[in-house]
Formats: sequence, C-alpha cells, structure tokens
Amino acid sequence: MDRMPKWADVVLIPLISLILAAILSALVILGIGEDPVAAVKMMVSGALGSTYGWGYTLYYATNFMFTGLAVAVAFHARLFNIGGEGQAMLGGLGVAIACLYVPWPHWTLALGGAAVLAALFGAAWAAIPAWLQAKRGSHIVITTIMFNFIASAVLNYVLVNVMRPQGSMDPATARFSETVHLPTLHELLAPIGISFSKAAPANVSLLVAVAACVLVWLLIWRTRLGYEIRAYGHSETGALYAGISPVRITMIAMLISGGLAGCMAINNVMGEAERLVLNATEGAGFIGIAVALMGRSHPFGVFLSAILFGFLYQGGAELALWTSIPRELIVVIQALVILFTGALDNMVRMPLEKLFLSLRKGRA
Amino acid sequence: MDFLTLIQIFDSTIRLSTPLLLACLAGLFSERAGVYDIGLEGKMLMAAFFSAAVAAVTGSVWLGLLAGIAASMVLAGLHGVAAITFRGNQLISGVAINFLAAGLTVLIAQDWFQQGGRTPSLMGGGRFTPLSLPLAETLAPVPVIGPIYAELLSGHSILVYLAFLAVPASWWVLNRTRFGLRLRAVGENPAAVDTAGVSVVGLRFAAVAICGLLCGIAGAYLATALQAGFVKDMTAGRGFIALAALIFAKWRPWHAMWACLLFGFLQAVALRYQNLDIGGLVIPVQVMDALPYILTVVILAGFVGKAIPPRAGGEPYVKER
Amino acid sequence: MTDDQAGGRQAPAAPAIELRGISKAFGPVQANKDISIRVMPGTIHGIIGENGAGKSTLMSILYGFYKADEGEIFINGRKTEIPDSQAAIAAGIGMVFQHFKLVENFTVLENIILGAEDGGLLRPSLSKARKVLSELAVEYELNVDPESRIDQIGVGMQQRVEILKALYRQADILILDEPTGVLTPAEADQLFRILDRLRAEGKTILLITHKLREIMEITDTVSVMRRGEMTATVKTADTSPEELAELMVGRKVLLRVDKVPARPGQTVLEVDNLRVRDPKGVERVKGIDLTVRGGEILGIAGVAGNGQSELLEVLGGMRPGHGQIRLNGTPLALEGPGSDGRARRAAGIAHVPEDRQREGLIMEFHAWENVAFGYHRDPAYQSGPLMNNAALLRDTQAKMQKFDVRPPDPSLAAKNFSGGNQQKIVVAREIERNPNLLLVGQPTRGVDIGAIEFIHKQIVALRDQGAAILLVSVELDEILSLSDRIAVMFDGRIMGERLPGETDERELGLLMAGVSGEAA
Repeated sequence: MDRMPKWADVVLIPLISLILAAILSALVILGIGEDPVAAVKMMVSGALGSTYGWGYTLYYATNFMFTGLAVAVAFHARLFNIGGEGQAMLGGLGVAIACLYVPWPHWTLALGGAAVLAALFGAAWAAIPAWLQAKRGSHIVITTIMFNFIASAVLNYVLVNVMRPQGSMDPATARFSETVHLPTLHELLAPIGISFSKAAPANVSLLVAVAACVLVWLLIWRTRLGYEIRAYGHSETGALYAGISPVRITMIAMLISGGLAGCMAINNVMGEAERLVLNATEGAGFIGIAVALMGRSHPFGVFLSAILFGFLYQGGAELALWTSIPRELIVVIQALVILFTGALDNMVRMPLEKLFLSLRKGRA
Repeated sequence: MDFLTLIQIFDSTIRLSTPLLLACLAGLFSERAGVYDIGLEGKMLMAAFFSAAVAAVTGSVWLGLLAGIAASMVLAGLHGVAAITFRGNQLISGVAINFLAAGLTVLIAQDWFQQGGRTPSLMGGGRFTPLSLPLAETLAPVPVIGPIYAELLSGHSILVYLAFLAVPASWWVLNRTRFGLRLRAVGENPAAVDTAGVSVVGLRFAAVAICGLLCGIAGAYLATALQAGFVKDMTAGRGFIALAALIFAKWRPWHAMWACLLFGFLQAVALRYQNLDIGGLVIPVQVMDALPYILTVVILAGFVGKAIPPRAGGEPYVKER
Repeated sequence: MTDDQAGGRQAPAAPAIELRGISKAFGPVQANKDISIRVMPGTIHGIIGENGAGKSTLMSILYGFYKADEGEIFINGRKTEIPDSQAAIAAGIGMVFQHFKLVENFTVLENIILGAEDGGLLRPSLSKARKVLSELAVEYELNVDPESRIDQIGVGMQQRVEILKALYRQADILILDEPTGVLTPAEADQLFRILDRLRAEGKTILLITHKLREIMEITDTVSVMRRGEMTATVKTADTSPEELAELMVGRKVLLRVDKVPARPGQTVLEVDNLRVRDPKGVERVKGIDLTVRGGEILGIAGVAGNGQSELLEVLGGMRPGHGQIRLNGTPLALEGPGSDGRARRAAGIAHVPEDRQREGLIMEFHAWENVAFGYHRDPAYQSGPLMNNAALLRDTQAKMQKFDVRPPDPSLAAKNFSGGNQQKIVVAREIERNPNLLLVGQPTRGVDIGAIEFIHKQIVALRDQGAAILLVSVELDEILSLSDRIAVMFDGRIMGERLPGETDERELGLLMAGVSGEAA
C-alpha cells in the first residue's frame, strides 16, 4: 500500500512546506523591524492590485515558467540541471543575433526565429554537460554550475568586445529594430476591449510559456519519449533492460531542458529590454529550481508556482520601493522555499506518513 | 615581466588562494565523509558578513572571526539537518543555503548599517594586520632570497599561515588518526561504520561542523583581511572555485593546495592584466576568469585522469531493509 | 578468549541468547510477530525460512541494526537492551551480513580495526591488530593477508574478514546471514569447518539460511520461520528435510515440476566463443559456447557471480560482448547499434531479468505502464504521436486476469504488489509475446511458493509451444526440476553439461566449484 493518499503527496506536502517557508519569512521581516502583515498587504496590492502589478507579475512568471519547466524536464530524467542561468544567458545571445542580424518582415516571424535560435543556443550550452554526463560520467550538477560561470564570461566577452556598438560605453548590444517588437499584453488586449497597463512588460511570450507548459505535459505524460524519460529517471538499469539508451535520454532530456531555459530570452531580452545587456537573466535560471521543486516537476505545478514567484518578485520590488525592506527578501523566501520543498521534504513527509498510517490503522 | 613583478603576482596569488584553500579543505572534510556541499559559497558569504559586522561594531577582529565562524557553522548545521537527519537532497540543500546567505546578508546589513547592504569599512583593530616573519627586514636586501622571504612569504595575515598549515594538518587527521579513518570510511561505505558500532550521523555531523569552521575562517579572511569590510556578494563565486579545486585535487589535501594556488594565480593574473599578451597572442580577461571552471570541466570529463568521488558521496544513509 | 572463560560459560544452563516476544513492523508490513527462541551456548542454531519470512529482520534486531517494537532480549541470562550495534558488540555479538559491510578501498587491517581502534592514533591500533590477527589465524585457520585491499580479494576472503572483525571484537555469539549465497560448495565446506572450530571453542552461532542442506549438515537445533512468525524449534537430529520444508511453506511442497519430456526442435540460439568484460575491464565471461533448441529448457547452474548474470545481460542487450550469437541462424550484434534490448525484442527474444525491482519493472510506474515496459514502441500501444493509454489498460487487465495477478488493479504502482505478483506481471509481459527465445534469470527469487509453482508451469508451457528457454538460477533445486539440459558455469566458463536425470547435486556442486568432470 502507499503510505499516503495521492492528494496529500501532491497538494498537502507542498502546501505545508510553503506555509513553513512563509512563517519563517514573516519572522525574518519581524526581525528587521517591519510588520509582516503590512508587508503582505503591500505585496498583494503591488503585485495584484492593478493591471500594472499584474503585468509585472506575469512578466516574471513567464521567465520562471520557462526555467521551471527546464529544471522539471531534467528532473524527470533524474538530472539536476543547475545550468538554467547559463543556458538562458546563451539563449539571450541567440535572440540578440536573430533580432539584430536578420531583417524580419513581421514580429510573428521574428518571434518564431528568435525562439528557435534561443532554444538552439540554450540547448547547445546544455549539450556539453549532458554529453559529459552521458559518456564520461561527469557529475552534471558540477558541470552545469561551471558552465554558468563560463557562460557569463562568454557573454561578457561578446558584449564588451564583439556586439557592443561603436562609441557605446555600455556592455550591451544595440537596440533591436521596431519590427521585432513583441506586442505587450496592453497591445494584445486592447483590441478586445480590455484595458491593460501600458507600462507593464508582460507580453506575448506569456502565451508561448503557457503553450510550453501544455506541450511539456503532453511530452512527459503522454508520449513515448516522455515514458522513456520517466522510466530512465526512475531506474537506469531498468532503462537498459527495456532497450532505452541512457545516453540518448540524457542528451534529449538535457537538450529539451536547455532549450526551454534558452527560450526564456524571448521574454526578457526580446519582449522587455529589446537589447541584450549583461546579467539579463537576473537569476531567473536559479529560481527555476525553486519553481520546479515547488511544482513537483509537474507542468501545471510549475505554472502555478511560477505565478507565485512572479507575485513574490513584483511584490518584493514594491516593498523595496516603499519600505526599507530590500529586494533580497525575495532571495531569502526563494531559499526557504527550496529548503522546505526540496531539501527538508522528509521533515514534512515523515510525520505526515505516520499520521496517515495511524489514521488507516484506526479505521481498520 | 621582471623579477619584482613576478614576486608581486605570486604574493597576490597567496592572498587570493587563501580563501579558496580554506573553503576547499572545508569541502574536503564534508565530501570525504559523504556529504556533498555546494553551499561553500553561502557559508563563506555569511561568515564574511558577520565577521565584518561584529568587527565593525566591537572593533575586535578576533570577535569578528568568532562571529563569522559561528554564522558559518549555523548554516553548516542546517545543511546537516537537511542532508543527514532528514536525508534530503544534499545538492538542493546546498543551493538553498547559497540563496539564504545571499539574501540574509544584505537584508541584515541593510537593517543594521543602512549602507546599501554593506558594512562600514573596517579600521585598526577591526582588521587582521600583516605579520612580519622574523628577520624579514634583515634579509630583505639579500638578492633573490631576500624579496622571496620578505615580500612573498612574510607580511601576510595570520589566517594565511593558518590556511597553509591546515593542509598538512588535514592530511594528518585524515590518514593518521582514528577520526580520519572513520571519516573516510563513512564516505565510502556508511553501513560498514554503522555495523562497526560507530554513529554515522555523529561522524557526518562532525565533518559538516569542520566544514562550517573552515568556511567561517575563509569568509572572515575575505572581509577582515583581504578586504576591509563586507560588500554584497563579495565571495563572487569563490565557493564554486573552491569546489572546482576540490575536484581538481581529487579530494586530497596536498593536491587541494596546489589546485588552489593555481586558481589563485589565475585570479592574480586576471587582476593585474586586463588582457594578457603572450608573444602576440592576446588572452582576454574573461578567459582568465573562466579558466578555473574550464579546467575543472576537463578534469571532470576524465581526459586528464579521472576524478572519482567518495563512493557514498551525495547519498543519504538509509539502513537497508 | 581463553579456554576457561568459555568452559565457565558452558557449565550453567543459561541460554546464550534468549528472545522473548519480539515484534517488528515496517510501516504496514509486520516483519516479525511475537518471536521467542532460546539458544544454548556452544551450539549452532539454524534459522530457516523462505525469502521474506523475517529471518534477517530478526537478526538485525539482535544486532541492534533495527529496534524491535516489542519484546525482550536476554544475553547469557541477563536482560540486555540493544539499541544500536555498539550495544550488540558490547554484549559480545558479532554479525556477518549477507552483503558484506566492508570499505572496499581500505585494507583488511583497516577494516578490522574500524570502530574498534585503541586510542586516537592509527599506528598503535594497526600494529596491535596485526598481532591479534596472526594469533586468530592460527587459532581458527582464518588466514588472510592483512595488507591486501578489500577490492583486490575474493568474496570468500572478504567473508573471512567479516568473521575476523567479529572475533577481533571478542564476540562470543556470531550471527551469519545466508553466508553461503556467494560461495562455491567447496568454500562453503571450508566455512562450515571454521564454524565447527568456533563451536568447539565455545562460541554460539546463529546460522540463517534458506538451504535445508546446510541446516542438516551443521546445526544442533533449528527454528523455522514463516511470514514473520516462528513456527517451530526442533533438534536437528530429530527432524528431516521434508518435515522442515513443510514447516517452512506451511504445506506439502511439490519438489518436482510436472512436465512431459522435451521434444527439442530446430536450434534457436547459438553462442560461439562469447566474451564479456565488465565496465572495469575484468573479463566475466571467458569464451562460452552453447546452443538452445526450440522446445527445450537449458538451465545454467552456478554460484552467483560466475558470469551467469553477464551472459543473460549480453543476450538481453543490456551490455556489450565479443564473439558470436545467432538466433535462428541470423547473427545478432553484440555491441554498437542493434545490440540493445530494443533490437533483441524485435528479434523475438523475451527476457525475465534477474532483478525485477531494478530492471524488470519501474517500481513507481502503474501496472499498466509496466505491462508495456520494453515493448512501449509497439504500434498497438500508440495512437498518433501519443501513447494509447486505453489500449494499455485493456491489455493489462487481460494479462492480470490470465496470470492471476492480485490485486487485479492496473492503476496500482508496481511497488505496491507483493514479490510474487510483481514477478507475475513481468512473466506475463514476456511470455505473452510468444518469443522465439525466453531468457529467464532467478525467476523465483523472493517469490512465495504458490507463485513459484505458477511461474514454473508457465515456463514449461512456453517450452511446450516450441520456444527455446535459457534459465539461469542459483537454486540447484530449480535447475534440476525445470531444465532439460544443464550447463554449469564457473569463473566465466562452462565447466560441463549434464542431463538432469543423469546427475545429482553432488556432481553439479563439484562442477560449480570449478572441479571439472574428468578430474572428479
């Protein structure tokens, strides 16, 4: 028998972990002499109280959906891809190349082309650690960490020495042309009579991210490849037995993962900044870890927790603006979520399993 | 490049290697006991902040050092609870600790000092001062040996000497003592330790505590000796370079020292020359920055000798059914 | 340990070990139920039972590895709490686990002193241990080179190290859990001589096994366990293998499988000079030739670890090899493209692997997903780009019914079925493909008696339909009752072939020990 009903595993444990993280965060806020209730109120009104707030919340959420899905797909193959950050940086490079050097006739084509190049660049950056893991047994966690640093050096070099426009002191590319501008939610919703904040950066990439959630769900739970990825993730010897090539699955899962992380760039680089700057990813690759853990590696869970983190990011920015609480509060909350949903999972799980066991015994 | 420049580069190599070496030995104790630690960075950062903060408030660098060690050990304890007690994923726990430190340090720094997430600059007794080795002044004029002794070896803070003394000490503890034997055993086969009547949990916590202690010294060195105060994210990836050095050294103390000196040298060169010109071939600074990571990947790939980690590394110990 | 200490202990009639009312549950599984035994000093007491009967759990409780939920332990008549292994060692108990607890890259000496060092420095401990070891070697004929690394000595030697570990800690009570599983019959005999010697020195020995022969050969008294309960304790001299077998399984056992003589047809599988290296480069299979014809069962006997697993895995496409294999005359690739499990299945080879939990099933997958495992590319399971879950469910229901899988619930995860029912799912999946060749590894390991009979019948039925069957088992009884021909493997080679009617366990045992037919 299972030790617990499925709903407890899927809903109850993440919920309790989240509550624990929230309580500790509240204590941190108290500790620095602020009022947690007021802080939450300000976060809610700042992130969800206006279409402007929503626009930022959803913009961040779009980033986190991509990086969260990236981590989740790799998790299914029992690969821990910490390299989302570097892959997203390289994705940005792909987007910049697509947008600067190709004369796109229309934004739709540009979006397609940029997404493909972003995915390719991200996948390529994941490919080396994946190959080293599959063929040489090099621990992918360490190699992807190393590749994050290498990516930032690469980006730094390219922006300073290659793509920086003449005369500019800023390590950034030139601004993209008007034709590759992605419509924001304001521009998308206005024709159907919904007024949405003009200033908020949420854009059509959100729809791409949601589509990616659906596609990843289909891939993992409904296709043969997903079946093989999950089988490999549960048992490598089992995969060998069933004629599923570990090398192939490792490569494919990581390429998809890197591709998804790379695709984040269509949101932050193409949709928002409209040029490639240093540190464009702003740690979104790492937040993907928290998002995937919180969402239990399920695309729907990733969708929900991406929105939660989008809310935290926007709410945190508002807090930093109006109170003396710095933005780093979000980093603390993010750490606590990773800690409780990832590393301290058993702390919540073991007492719950005992509880359900005694309930069942009581009934029997 | 003249002799004096070389001395200066090596001198700065030693300074920059020290935090790497301390963190690397910290990771060595943890990982030889079977507990992976990618949270070296976070522990160093936390220690850097608390040592600088306490040193700034009390004016005593030694109290600062103690505070840094304590802060680092609290995080190490958290890692222990997650990885050992609750048998959680050690890598995820390490990631969480890095973020926790990155966030909390700025949050607390802002609350205490209101200087945009930094501590006030340390002055006087708030910093570790250079130690002058005996006869440094006298020997300085002697050609070659003089500068090497007086400039290169002398004039570092006490923590530098401590870090390099920790290398033979670590080797001795690991290979010549009962504790070392048990520590290595628990990283290879915890069941052997358990059935021999020794507590796996106790040993691993001890290893994690040593890791916390050494990371604490590393962080304190950064903020109170190498620099004069804490600034946001001041570890700047050193925890990961230390991790890289640990793999490069294949989890052995003496090799760890050489790896850290190599990576410290790369940092020293990158610091001195923006773009390095070697016989017409210009090496951009970014290559120097990335080189430790690239070298580690090459080592991990097994093209230059295979890095085989402790067998039970990363796996929480669960008694077999 | 001096003679008069041991002699002093033999005089009074306090049992060396007494367990009273021991119970232990793992979650919902009751592993031990109210178990009581008494073992007198200076005797060998056997504990026999099927896999999963709770023998190992009971011994782990005695060694402090697990904590009993209820019950008391008395050592030499004194009530003793054993919360951990340290307490067990202090009480004079030593244990040799089925899977050795040795640090592989340590020397023998380092393993022996681990946890029993004198003082904080290693050097004095090592030199003392070196001395004690040479004394023990003389006293018990337990010779090992103290400076060898564990990963460089054989399993027989490793077992000696485990025994020496216990003796070094001055254990008076020695528990051995399935000690002969990895030994050749000759090595096992040697072990029994050592145990005999230990008994003569006054040590008390608990021997856990599922092999009746060993119980009859060496023990003074024996307890039988079944489903977590102790069903009987008898003097070995007063019982018979038949009686013990009946006590073990709770009813008369069918010792022979009902089957008609084989009618072998065309040669299906030919293996020529097959060689296999493991990932470390050690040659595990050293040039094997064999053939299996349609309608016959070729049984491969041998002690675990003599290359049988590697043979099966190469044939099943799980690892590369060198040499030639042909199926119905067509050569099959042994490495590179076309040598994986997928290609093997396409060629009509089905495979019931040795380890169903790590290989044959994905424990977290539903039964309906597992029924497709390995055959998940079958067009019947696809609809367009997606998997056809409805078809999978239908297929699973049909197979569960035909093979009497309980409970017949396709959406239950594999881990929630009993060992026997898990194995039925694997066997159903492989046999229902009507393969040309069926590879079967340890088909009844950890499977209850009822399911064993059922699985054996299914294998014989497949043979009678004309399939070729290659059976690997470390259970000689299984080999003797199922096979039409028997090949014995030792050290990566085939030592000889025998017909089941013309051989016996003694002769096979010699072959398994590497003594070739001509010499024997």
